Amino acid sequence: MIRPQFALATLFACTLALASPAQAVTEIQWWHAMTGGNNDIVNKLAADFNASQPDYKVVPTFKGSYPDTMNAGIAAFRAGTAPHILQVFEVGTATMMSAKGAVKPVYQLMKDAGEPFDPNNYLPAITGYYSTSKGEMLSFPFNSSSMVMWVNLDALKKANIAEIPKTWPEVFEGAKKLKAAGYATCGFSNAWATWANIEQFSAWHNVPIGTKANGLDGFDTELKFNSPLHVQHLQTLIELQKDKTYDYSGRANASESRFGSGECPLFMTSSGYYATAKGTAKFAFTSVPMPYYPDVTGAPQNSIIGGASLWVMGGKKPEEYKGIAKFFSFLSDTDRQAKLHQESGYLPITKAAYEKTKADGFYDKNPILQTPLKELTNKEPTENSRGLRFGNMVQLRDVWSEEIEAALGGQKTAQQALDTAVSRGNAMLRTFEKTAK
Amino acid sequence: MVEHRRWNDILAYAILTFGVFIVVFPVYVALIASTHDAATVVNGNMPMLPGSHTLENYYRAIFVGGSRASREPVGHMLMNSFVMAMGIALGKIVISILSAYAVVYFRFPFRQTAFWIIFVTLMLPVEVRIYPTYKVIADLKMLDTYAGLILPLIASATGTLLFRQFFMTIPDELLEASRIDGAGPFRFFKDTLLPLSVTTMAALFVIQFIYGWNQYLWPLLITTQESMQTIVTGIKKMLTTTDELAEWQLAMATAILAMVPPVAVVVFMQRRFVRGLVETEK
Amino acid sequence: MEKSAVFKGKLLPYLLLVPQLVITLVFFYWPASQAVWQSFLREDAFGLNSEFIGLENYQALLAQPEYYKAMATTVVFSSLVAALSLSIALLFATQADKNLKAAPTFKVMMIWPYAVAPAVAGVLWLFIFHPSLGTMARPLRMMGFNWNPMLNGNHAMALVVMAAVWKQIAYNFLFFLAGLQAIPRSVLEAGAIDGAGPYRRFWTITFPLLSPTTFFLLVVNVVYVFFDTFGIIDAVTGGGPAGATTTMVYKVYADGRLGGDLGGSAAQSVILMVIVIVLTAIQFRYVERKVQY
Repeated sequence: MIRPQFALATLFACTLALASPAQAVTEIQWWHAMTGGNNDIVNKLAADFNASQPDYKVVPTFKGSYPDTMNAGIAAFRAGTAPHILQVFEVGTATMMSAKGAVKPVYQLMKDAGEPFDPNNYLPAITGYYSTSKGEMLSFPFNSSSMVMWVNLDALKKANIAEIPKTWPEVFEGAKKLKAAGYATCGFSNAWATWANIEQFSAWHNVPIGTKANGLDGFDTELKFNSPLHVQHLQTLIELQKDKTYDYSGRANASESRFGSGECPLFMTSSGYYATAKGTAKFAFTSVPMPYYPDVTGAPQNSIIGGASLWVMGGKKPEEYKGIAKFFSFLSDTDRQAKLHQESGYLPITKAAYEKTKADGFYDKNPILQTPLKELTNKEPTENSRGLRFGNMVQLRDVWSEEIEAALGGQKTAQQALDTAVSRGNAMLRTFEKTAK
Repeated sequence: MVEHRRWNDILAYAILTFGVFIVVFPVYVALIASTHDAATVVNGNMPMLPGSHTLENYYRAIFVGGSRASREPVGHMLMNSFVMAMGIALGKIVISILSAYAVVYFRFPFRQTAFWIIFVTLMLPVEVRIYPTYKVIADLKMLDTYAGLILPLIASATGTLLFRQFFMTIPDELLEASRIDGAGPFRFFKDTLLPLSVTTMAALFVIQFIYGWNQYLWPLLITTQESMQTIVTGIKKMLTTTDELAEWQLAMATAILAMVPPVAVVVFMQRRFVRGLVETEK
Repeated sequence: MEKSAVFKGKLLPYLLLVPQLVITLVFFYWPASQAVWQSFLREDAFGLNSEFIGLENYQALLAQPEYYKAMATTVVFSSLVAALSLSIALLFATQADKNLKAAPTFKVMMIWPYAVAPAVAGVLWLFIFHPSLGTMARPLRMMGFNWNPMLNGNHAMALVVMAAVWKQIAYNFLFFLAGLQAIPRSVLEAGAIDGAGPYRRFWTITFPLLSPTTFFLLVVNVVYVFFDTFGIIDAVTGGGPAGATTTMVYKVYADGRLGGDLGGSAAQSVILMVIVIVLTAIQFRYVERKVQY
């Protein structure tokens, strides 16, 4: 046993020698779900932060898709090995919020660390989603987006459609023309099955997804999205699915390539698709606000945000919290936010960054990036469009998607599918209510 | 065969060729996809002949990692898979030859009990107790360690049963003979049993190596660090995208890389593989 | 089956058993009992508070139409994979059993997919039949076939069945070939002398003689479909559409994911364990019988 000891001693000595300039660097683990260009941005942010000060080192780790990342975070918490920062997509918000003790609210974090922090500097349309009713910010918005409709302009020309469809009837009509013009397998489509057809659809038409302001005002919420309007919309999609005027594209966004490859000329998905669209689409394209039914009074209302926020996990050392607080201040810097926004296509989170981007005339050249902002601020939010907060939302979405798939697959009528989605969802909400005391 | 009719042979060749075509086709497509650039693969009209991006794709897959699909290069994933597969194969051989030796060549109280405790695990794979096992590994601080990847997967009875069956076929005279030579249990094990078991060990090794290499759900759950990922789970992550396109050509290159080692083991150790397969299951 | 000549050691046999027993107890029995315990609890995702609720999880599970659907899916999936992979493998094995010069080459060409990981097999087939970029999807569409595994449960099932069968043919082929080669030539020759043609000879002589192998393969294939296909399903369909490819094992994973319903997931684990123990018992009796002749 002499050799290992000797090796250890040498190693120790070397470490000491090396470590002396940057003594006791506090590591901050950051688990995230960003891929591609956005992953590069995450890594660059961490590297820039690490270079900007000597005391803390942010270590970003890619953990897979949004649900995978959240799953890994929860599992790690149960195992006592949670990261410091966990990126959680918006639908995980209720689960994270209810986990008192497992997470450290951001407002608390900033206060404890003595970091200057004014919640009023942030865009309320975004932070509202991640705050308590008292306006206390619980998690730090990182990448926010909304749903927009991506339009293949060359295709519209080919099908002789003079104006970009604005309403649902116009979209249906346009899709039929596009189909006739050669887009035989997909007139229009959308990624994120439930985000498009239930969540955003409801907010945009100012109808409730559930009671209690879509759950924002309490976990004893009941789902309501089997209204005649929802049923009518889904029933129309069922009809159009038969000849592929509409074609289903799955629960998540793996099929976004159907827009980029030119297969689907009208495609609803996240505004965060911008960077990829720019990289892959070999045709002229733009994005416009989501379509609406003009006979619904008040429509369009305003859209809700998607994307993800950074949650700080509980049970860490004060020194580590201090580092996290510094990192959040670093992220909130106006120039940095503005640049992030312009590069990634995600929304700016501070008012100053938004104003700066506007003042720089960026939107005149890139109107696409302003589409989601226009949607979010279209009208003063109502009970139905402030946001949503349902427990076990990830599983809820799976259940809703299952029912939508059953309907589009012709096994159920729209009414049956949405009724089942609501009743199964309510049962899950009751279970969640029991566990989240 | 009983009668040698020409058409009979031709038919056999035709059917087998068709069979081989079915077996090879998906891999051929993957191989082709791994030689094209992303745009060619994604537009849905990929040619059926190799493209010109072979070196680039494999180089990127192994050493660089995806540029758009975020992940690390698969070079070290291959290494992790290798360590895991070897650990499982060797670990299982060691623990099961010892326990089979005890069960077959000794009489002691609770022998049957011990055998049944082990035997019940025969067909209960880790998948059915996945979350509790995760918790156990976490409690033991074995997340992101090779031990965590390996140990739960060697907790099964197949190896013990295999050695038990093999030991049963060894004539009792051998034991008597070495007894007369004055050999105790250690010497008998070392000088007689081990040499006789070499082929059985090799067979078990091949099967367990493949089993370990191909694990999916378990490494997916317990590795939280990129540096501990195995190649099979890496492929899935590569196709998981958030607001980005999957890079299928790299995924396919990775799939090919993930296939090569276990397939090579099967092809080059064919005889042992066949034996291992037939005997572990019988 | 006992050895008559044995050693007498007192401590030694226990020492030899220790590694296996420790690993089995720690990594098998402990988690298995945890699963049983957890199936009586209701817990939040983070495990911050939990409550003993008796059999409520089981009641909720058995009241869920989706659970029966997953059972039915598992049965359909298993039967399809077993039937297809067994019959295809048998066809190939009978051909390879003819004394062809190239038989050994064909054998190698047939068996290597055994080494391909299920998840990788899934990804390969997904790529070929991917609705928008798959090599086979376009021809299917051109033939007017509305191929849509994303929405059509039968198509999704077909896709996972294809991948699962593709991988399993190798295994079944090997065992059938071994079984065929074990059939004495004299028996077949006797059949030929009696004037039976090759087709009749197969069904009246070969197939019945193969039945032990077939039965054994049936059990192995069912177990394979139960557990090893997880990777295929996760990589190809994620259990969808509308739960059409959610098998019982996949549901254990999906329900427990994100800590959504750990109790329900644990209850399903317990039920699965019981099923598998029964299957094991069946196979064990069979194994013992086989060893004796």
